[in-house]
Amino acid sequence: MSSHSYAAAPQSHNHDKDATRVALTARTAALEAALVAGGVLQSEQVDELVETYAEKLGPRHGAAMVARAWVDPTFRQRLEEDATSIIRDLGYDLEGSQHRDLPFATLRAVFNTPEVHNVIVCTLCSCYPLFVLGPQPRWYKSPEYRSRMVIEPTQVLKEFGTSVPAGKTIRVWDSNAETRYLVIPERPKGTEAMNEDQLRALVTRDSMIGVTVLPDVV
Amino acid sequence: MATPRFTVGDTVRTRVDNPPGHTRLPRYVRGRTGVIESVRGAAPVPDETVKNGVKGDDVPFYGVLFAMQDLWGNDAEADAELVVELWESYLE
Repeated sequence: MSSHSYAAAPQSHNHDKDATRVALTARTAALEAALVAGGVLQSEQVDELVETYAEKLGPRHGAAMVARAWVDPTFRQRLEEDATSIIRDLGYDLEGSQHRDLPFATLRAVFNTPEVHNVIVCTLCSCYPLFVLGPQPRWYKSPEYRSRMVIEPTQVLKEFGTSVPAGKTIRVWDSNAETRYLVIPERPKGTEAMNEDQLRALVTRDSMIGVTVLPDVV
Repeated sequence: MATPRFTVGDTVRTRVDNPPGHTRLPRYVRGRTGVIESVRGAAPVPDETVKNGVKGDDVPFYGVLFAMQDLWGNDAEADAELVVELWESYLE
């Protein structure tokens, strides 16, 4: 069994009970052990799949796209017009790989501006741009997040520590169909002298979901 | 491919169907008025795919924008809005 675990959720959204997690972990381990014992599966395959989700498909891809969009107007325009083609060019659609059946759909980049703050949710299940952000955080799949984000986003964002100024529009994207969304956060103030590598390091997963904004650098 | 009936900026109203099976028309946007935010392309309607076990013809689908107050009433957040993708067959 791999030791991989999700990053911790903000405290206010950590609704899942530890007991449930322990029980599910035990059940998953038992299932894996049974499949391995029966010759259906090898542990290495499980580790590889987890690694693919956690490392190869991790949020660093999204962060790279955000940082590039901040410094390269041509790239930014292409990201606005056809983010899916960028994913294809980078080989993230995994065509031809053994993981080609990972969920892939159209990608659309939605840009935060001084007027609009974007945030993503899936009310149907837990649709998420896996190929640029890696595995969903557990809270993203919780019924609380999925239902409340489409009803009272300002309040939910507050619970993530994010205050959206009055008058700024919050636009919620319910990704229940063909498209997955990537939020492009606003470039923090004070980063004018930074290069692309330095900028990339500032970009967090949660800012690309839209539940947080990136702090200015002082 | 079917020609999209709607263009960006059109006002649309969602149907109030309650299909017995799977649908991608979420209950919380049924019978609501929104605006076409984007024309996204065309794809088989998942409702039909699930019901029939095979993919049907491509049907245009759109990003449809709703004001939160049009979904949840006057006490809802005034500065918030929502976009959800809906197939043309959900719209009138």
